[in-house]
Amino acid sequence: MIRLVRLFSTSVGDKLIVALTGGALLVFLLGHMLGNMTVFQGPDSLNGYAAWLQGHPLVWFFRFGLVAVFVAHVLVTVRLTKANRRARPVRYSRRVARQMSFTSRYMVLSGLVVMSFLAFHLLHLTFGVIQPEIYQLEDSQQRHDVYAMVVSGFRNPWIAGSYVLSILLLGLHLIHGAASLFQTLGINHESYTVLIRYGVYLLVTGIVLGYCSIPLLIFSGTVSLEGG
Amino acid sequence: MKFTLCVWRQLNSDEPGSMVSYEVDGVSEDMSFLEVLDLLNENLVVRGEEPIAFDHDCREGICGMCALVINGVPHGPEPVTTACQLHMRKFTDGQTITVEPWRAAAFPVIRDLVVDRRSLDRVIQAGGFVSVNTGSAPDANALPISKDAADRAFEAAACIGCGACVAACPNASASLFVAAKVAQFAALPQGQPERLQRAIHLVEAMDREGFGGCTNHYECEAVCPKGIPVSFIAHLNRDFLKAALMSREVRDVPPAVEAEE
Amino acid sequence: MSILDGKVPGGPIETKWSNYRVDMKLISPTNKRKLRVIVVGSGLAGASAAASLAELGYQVDCFCFQDSPRRAHSVAAQGGINAAKNYQNDGDSVRRLFYDTVKGGDFRAREANVYRLAEISNSIIDQCVAQGVPFARDYGGLLDNRSFGGAQVSRTFYARGQTGQQLLLGCYGALSRQIGLGKVQMHSRVEMLDLVVVEGKARGIITRHLVSGRIARWAADAVVLATGGYGNVFYLSTNAMGCNVTATYRAYKRGAYFANPCFTQIHPTCIPVAGEHQSKLTLMSESLRNDGRIWVPVQPDETRAAADIPEAERDYFLERKYPAFGNLAPRDISSRAAKEVCDEGRGVGKLGRGVYLDFSDALARLGKGSIAGRYGNLFEMYEKITGENPYQRPMRIYPASHYTMGGLWVDYNLMSNIEGLHVLGEANFSDHGANRLGASALMQGLADGYFIIGDTLGNYLGSAELAEVDINHAAFADAENSVRAGIKRLLEVNGRRSVDSFHRELGNIMWEYCGMSRNAQGLRKAIDLIAELREQFWREVRVPGTNESFNVALENAGRVADFLEFAQLLCYDALSRDESCGAHFREEHQTPEGEAERNDEAFSYVSAWQFTGVGSEPIQHKEPLSFDNVALATRSYK
Repeated sequence: MIRLVRLFSTSVGDKLIVALTGGALLVFLLGHMLGNMTVFQGPDSLNGYAAWLQGHPLVWFFRFGLVAVFVAHVLVTVRLTKANRRARPVRYSRRVARQMSFTSRYMVLSGLVVMSFLAFHLLHLTFGVIQPEIYQLEDSQQRHDVYAMVVSGFRNPWIAGSYVLSILLLGLHLIHGAASLFQTLGINHESYTVLIRYGVYLLVTGIVLGYCSIPLLIFSGTVSLEGG
Repeated sequence: MKFTLCVWRQLNSDEPGSMVSYEVDGVSEDMSFLEVLDLLNENLVVRGEEPIAFDHDCREGICGMCALVINGVPHGPEPVTTACQLHMRKFTDGQTITVEPWRAAAFPVIRDLVVDRRSLDRVIQAGGFVSVNTGSAPDANALPISKDAADRAFEAAACIGCGACVAACPNASASLFVAAKVAQFAALPQGQPERLQRAIHLVEAMDREGFGGCTNHYECEAVCPKGIPVSFIAHLNRDFLKAALMSREVRDVPPAVEAEE
Repeated sequence: MSILDGKVPGGPIETKWSNYRVDMKLISPTNKRKLRVIVVGSGLAGASAAASLAELGYQVDCFCFQDSPRRAHSVAAQGGINAAKNYQNDGDSVRRLFYDTVKGGDFRAREANVYRLAEISNSIIDQCVAQGVPFARDYGGLLDNRSFGGAQVSRTFYARGQTGQQLLLGCYGALSRQIGLGKVQMHSRVEMLDLVVVEGKARGIITRHLVSGRIARWAADAVVLATGGYGNVFYLSTNAMGCNVTATYRAYKRGAYFANPCFTQIHPTCIPVAGEHQSKLTLMSESLRNDGRIWVPVQPDETRAAADIPEAERDYFLERKYPAFGNLAPRDISSRAAKEVCDEGRGVGKLGRGVYLDFSDALARLGKGSIAGRYGNLFEMYEKITGENPYQRPMRIYPASHYTMGGLWVDYNLMSNIEGLHVLGEANFSDHGANRLGASALMQGLADGYFIIGDTLGNYLGSAELAEVDINHAAFADAENSVRAGIKRLLEVNGRRSVDSFHRELGNIMWEYCGMSRNAQGLRKAIDLIAELREQFWREVRVPGTNESFNVALENAGRVADFLEFAQLLCYDALSRDESCGAHFREEHQTPEGEAERNDEAFSYVSAWQFTGVGSEPIQHKEPLSFDNVALATRSYK
């Protein structure tokens, strides 16, 4: 145990933690997205899915797990970033990047934006603080009317717009994050480089489109309160 | 040709430094970049000023001594080329060229463009070798090694220890340097007995020396004068993970002791 | 003059070394811990010696002027390392490697040393492979060999064109391991400036820390110098900028004999000088001569581009003069031939000092792909440096100073005439005679460091009467004072010329009068010119700054000051060796066809010179050479 703590306190160990937690969050994002897609099947489907989740015996386990993974991802990144800043106390007066990608360069920034969006997102749809008026609705089966909440919420152009923007930034975060996941876990071989790169693009594009489709279709009126 | 050189001048590690501009005239396109510094220095000396200190030795791209960030890129604009092999025909007449030292906490500036890179040596001292005493080796052909493995080991061993990877990394990480050493021995049967311990010890030493960690920007690969690929860093991560999960004990390395002056 | 004893053990040459080792004194492990050894230099010889001695249990202090021991100039060796493994089953043996090396050295090396070198060569390869040196391998996983430098057997082990680098990293690993274990104290960016001799024995050194300027004294029970060669006496050479003669020269000034300094090797295939600001010359691997054809225009002062010169107006001078070996004639012969045609005004390139190395025939015969496969990286390097594409126009090459066979005189134990002062690698004179064969420098450096010094130094320390000496001894104070006085003198001249300008001028003198071919009149002139230049140096040199800082001008000034004295010694030696042998070509001694004429009767000896004062003629001592195991023969490459 002490050995594990020692090894996971090194820079490579930290990176592994960030990668593994990032990977777990990625899996969550996929699951969350697929669940959210039930919105397109109408109020019954989404509300049923939400009720099933709420009633699941392991829900709190997953919630705490998710929070722990998220906190670890952020805290270890903070520790790494601090160490990395310390490693270059004097900056160059002129420095031209040769290969560094836009996504890798703004990883911390995109992460911070995603984090503040997440806070907003939770306050909005999980705790009902932002628009309390849509949070209290119930559907015909006395279930929490998540469908109505989502559809009404995304009718607001500011909310829909910021949601789409944040998802795009999340996408940037994921492009570098998902590719790094492979590198950090040691999966990098010239035969598969192309496969990994395009696989990541495909995955991230899927996630971004999946998430964005909800506010966009709602805002455009394709998905309405009446369902369908 | 004529150039304006904007050079970092710093008297010693305690004094603050600054960029100073110099005009150099009479440069021919056949001159190497370091020969332009020589020329400038000769002019400075004749004027009674102290020459610009910069590290250089073999001037054929193999000793790894030269260490200049030229126009914002470690070793300058030519890919897979050390600063000493960079020739002036790659620049345009009249250009302003900035010259800075490697910048990293683990590479304190000694004077002007010269930095102290002993931190890299200390990383190697922590385990970047095969422990074999003189005289105890079996016949060289006793262990066949596939050509593929030998070539891969060579590719990693081509590292000249210049530190450009550190200079280029936004985190001043020495991951590529460490990874190349770990991967070289991991590819060879002779490196197997100490393989996992080596990965741990080198990474710990790298952290101890104040290098940053890798966040996969891959700037190191882009400036490496020997073209060492970042796939070796993946290899290092793999070995480290394996070591973290599977090694039964982690030997302690005594902290490096600096020899007295 | 006296006759020097090489202390070669008796018995048949095959068993000299093994029998001698049996009789050596051993030191108990507990006593070894109390013994301190100084190793100056961290190249193949120095690093392997420091590591091996530390493994044996001695306390070692190792010094290098670079920022890291990994940067010593051994790192730049390209070609390979010889060993008599006979893995290729082509008839190689220890005896054949021995014979080839003695013959290649034109019979001016000590037989017993060379035999031992050939014997040890196999263990070196084993050792390096065990360290993880990635030598080239064939598809079966076994080590690959190539034929190198005109050898008729394939005995050269190599790691692409970076053999020296890979071998040095092997030594560096071994050294780093001992540093990590606390057995070696590594002192980088420290330069040795004097040797301390106490009661006739080498007992320490004086150093200057190049960053702080601190002058320090180091005491030890023995001193090992592995400080490389003096090729930079020619200013332009394939050596690194920092390579210098200071350590060995200052040991010489303290009484060590300097042997055969005139044996300097000129390498035929270097990229020619491009202009007056050139700081160094780059070697192109000799292997290029396997497929390239060397030629110059028939007409002097030719102005046409190479492609416009018709076949009939080209002179393939090596093929013409040496039909049997053609473009593969040995280094010294090819170099002289190139100089000759350039002296006739037929040289090519802007400065007229170059000959074409033309691949157009090979390209037509083998195709571009095949040539790129063999020489791609060399062609790229050439283009990087010259900006010319060798696939389209012939390369230009010219000889350059490359390696120095001469060095401090040592006996069979690698100990100089000063007891306790051992000299290894290029810094000593012992194994290459008047000319070194390709791929044998790496072999010698590692043989000395890994497999010889551990035994012979132990024998010395086990039998020598060593008084307690610490750095407060008067001899240390003396040496330190003289170092300080030297530095002060340099700083006080305050003239108007840079150190480099003197070095460049010295190089011109040496190259002109003591380069590829020499004659008595020229050498006498050179001795005078050097004296004048030296005088001028001490009147006009400008060394800004102080001693107490990182002062590149000052460190360089000290080295050039030594070259300015040493160059004269080199010329005296060249003058006294009134014969042509190996790389030393005296114009007075050539056959009617212009080939070197050796004089075994009068000159079959090693000249070892004793310092008598700056500017005054040194005293010559001789170690006679006898050849009992090889027959003296004339080299012929016709």
